[in-house]
Amino acid sequence: MATMTVIEAVRSALREEMARDERVIVLGEDVGRKGGVFKATEGLLAEFGEERVIDTPLAESNIVGTAIGAAINGLLPVAEIQFADFIFPAMDQIVNEAARIRYRSNGGYGCPIVIRAPYGGGVHGALYHSQSVEAFFSHVPGLKVVAPATPADTKGLLKAAIRDPDPVLFFEHKATYRRVRGEVPDSTDVVVPLGSARIARPGRTLTVLAYGLMVHHALQAAEAVAPEGIDVEVIDLRCLRPLDTATVLRSVKKTSKVLIVHEDNKTGGFGAELAALIAEEAFEYLDGPITRVCGPDVPAMPFAPPLEAEFMLDPEKIAAAIRKLAAY
Amino acid sequence: MIGPTTRSGADEVMSTSRASHEQEVVAPWAAGTQEVPVNGSAIAESAGDTGTAMAAGLESRLASPEPGRTIAQTPDEWKETARSTGAPSLLLGPPAPRTLPLPAQRLLDAHYWMTLARALDDRMWALNRQGKAAFVISCCGHEAAQVGSALALRPGIDWVLPYYRDLGVMLVLGMTAREAMLQFLARGADPCSGGRQMPGHWSYPRLKVVTGSSPVATQLLHATGIALASKLKREPHVTAVYFGEGSTAEGDFHEALNFAGIHRLPVVFVCENNGYAISEPQSKEMPVANVADRASAYAMPGEVVDGNDLVAVYSAMQRAVDRARRGDGPTLLEAKTYRLVPHSSDDDDRAYRPREEVEQWRQREPLTRFRHYLGEMGLLNDALLEETIRRVQREVDDATEFAERAPYAPPESIFRHVYAG
Repeated sequence: MATMTVIEAVRSALREEMARDERVIVLGEDVGRKGGVFKATEGLLAEFGEERVIDTPLAESNIVGTAIGAAINGLLPVAEIQFADFIFPAMDQIVNEAARIRYRSNGGYGCPIVIRAPYGGGVHGALYHSQSVEAFFSHVPGLKVVAPATPADTKGLLKAAIRDPDPVLFFEHKATYRRVRGEVPDSTDVVVPLGSARIARPGRTLTVLAYGLMVHHALQAAEAVAPEGIDVEVIDLRCLRPLDTATVLRSVKKTSKVLIVHEDNKTGGFGAELAALIAEEAFEYLDGPITRVCGPDVPAMPFAPPLEAEFMLDPEKIAAAIRKLAAY
Repeated sequence: MIGPTTRSGADEVMSTSRASHEQEVVAPWAAGTQEVPVNGSAIAESAGDTGTAMAAGLESRLASPEPGRTIAQTPDEWKETARSTGAPSLLLGPPAPRTLPLPAQRLLDAHYWMTLARALDDRMWALNRQGKAAFVISCCGHEAAQVGSALALRPGIDWVLPYYRDLGVMLVLGMTAREAMLQFLARGADPCSGGRQMPGHWSYPRLKVVTGSSPVATQLLHATGIALASKLKREPHVTAVYFGEGSTAEGDFHEALNFAGIHRLPVVFVCENNGYAISEPQSKEMPVANVADRASAYAMPGEVVDGNDLVAVYSAMQRAVDRARRGDGPTLLEAKTYRLVPHSSDDDDRAYRPREEVEQWRQREPLTRFRHYLGEMGLLNDALLEETIRRVQREVDDATEFAERAPYAPPESIFRHVYAG
């Protein structure tokens, strides 16, 4: 076991998969000589050369479209979008093309690409370096959407994503890059399968569903309320599509109360899908309303520190919501 | 496989073609031009000359082609039209050189494919007008650009990304008439999509035809990615990607050429410029006179070719393919042509272009021109032409009947292939 940060886990997964399979290539802005603006790809150019680590033009549709073509011709591209906020020029290539290539060719072609992007706020990134975009993509059949919280899951899920035959959006919360450290198995073959959630903290009173940075805040909130007799079960979803509905429903049926936490704007966020799913499948088990604690419905978090803090969720806001639901 | 191209022969033929270009109509491609000034007033003056029985018969055939009949003129009709309108023609020029740009059989195959494309297309329109098919998006008028360029490709070896009009390309690569009709009628055995996609949305893995979509120009980036992978894998394969001139306004066109130019990728960008993106003339899509004018911005050669001249298109495409294959990078090839029918069965082109313009282009349409060329080269006479037309008709009838009898995919099949496995 080694201890590493989330960003080191990203780097480790990329290096191992590139060494294991010569079809794996990395492409994106600044990924080569600079090693990525977050150093996610540091060292890869020196180790694997410029044919496999490609500094692309500043053009997101280009990055994704070229990755799609390379995948059609037998490579396994891992594309990086520098910030999730900049993914929108590539929407057409992701949603109309990557997601639909297998379906529209009736299984004739596949699209085994990974698109990695840092997302999330609390890093003074303001409107255009802090957004959460997972809701746009988890809506689309044909895509897979991953959002790990820990270094071990980051590495294991990224390896799984690279080996996956379908297009995978891999969202890394940038606030976890250097601030979250954890144990990671040494073996190069530890792969965390997509579509499996993790019970981050078992409990009996109330279920919290979270992903990304919010998992860590939820765990802190759970510790804060534990002395009050509220025993919170924290589920780290890890993968939004495919979703581990079995684990989610099993937990809700056990505790009968569920709080959904995500940093993304509330309306139409992924929590709305979770809430609908739980209402449809576990209605008789509920002892209280399905509750969401989310980012506010404003067009992203501002730059000034007190304004950003107003937007961002933290352990205190989550603990307050837990207490309220527990008391229902 | 393509036989050896005799350089001098090709050049001679091309110079003849080029001479004829100077008399060609340039609008609607010319930036800012909407008029159709054809040969000065020659057309207007000679309009009254079309009083012969032959011409009258031709007129009525062109006006309302019978279902299944091609609208191409017979060689005699072409001669009459050419003489009366002063239209450019290889017929009236200097004697054709005896050297063929391709082996004779290859040229006759090209004639067969063009005839088949036109006949299938006619049948598709007929089925649509009979209410048997929901949608047609046609190759009519583009046959020389499509068949000529596809002749330079190696089916199943080179990668091809056609756009929705490219029935001619698909036939050259190896799609059968039956498969074309299965695709058109969205049957379960449609090799492209099992009936999931609209007509003209090609896909054929064995022939390395890549699945396409409706949002235009996305395929250009896929082509650069395929070519990037070819280069990395040291494959001597070329990628050919097709699109209309409207697509060159999309960002993906520019991003694709930019990337291909930076990395000198083995890709040929083939623009079938028919002057209209649905109703919008070229002048509304770009400020330059030619799509190919943009090539230098992306550090690649750009070439304009008469898209209704099969031999010229073939020659230009072969040069571009050779360039890519030997590692000299991409080419932007622009074939000027004309769409003889509306954009699709859901379009009425009377709203945006005059009947006279369409008629003038019908008189220069590529199938007739190529037949005339073959006649001059001694490869095609009336008997062989009739035989080819009959053979194609039988094939189209067979394909139609076959596809109409074929079943749709079962409804529950809509849940398959969302993900792998």
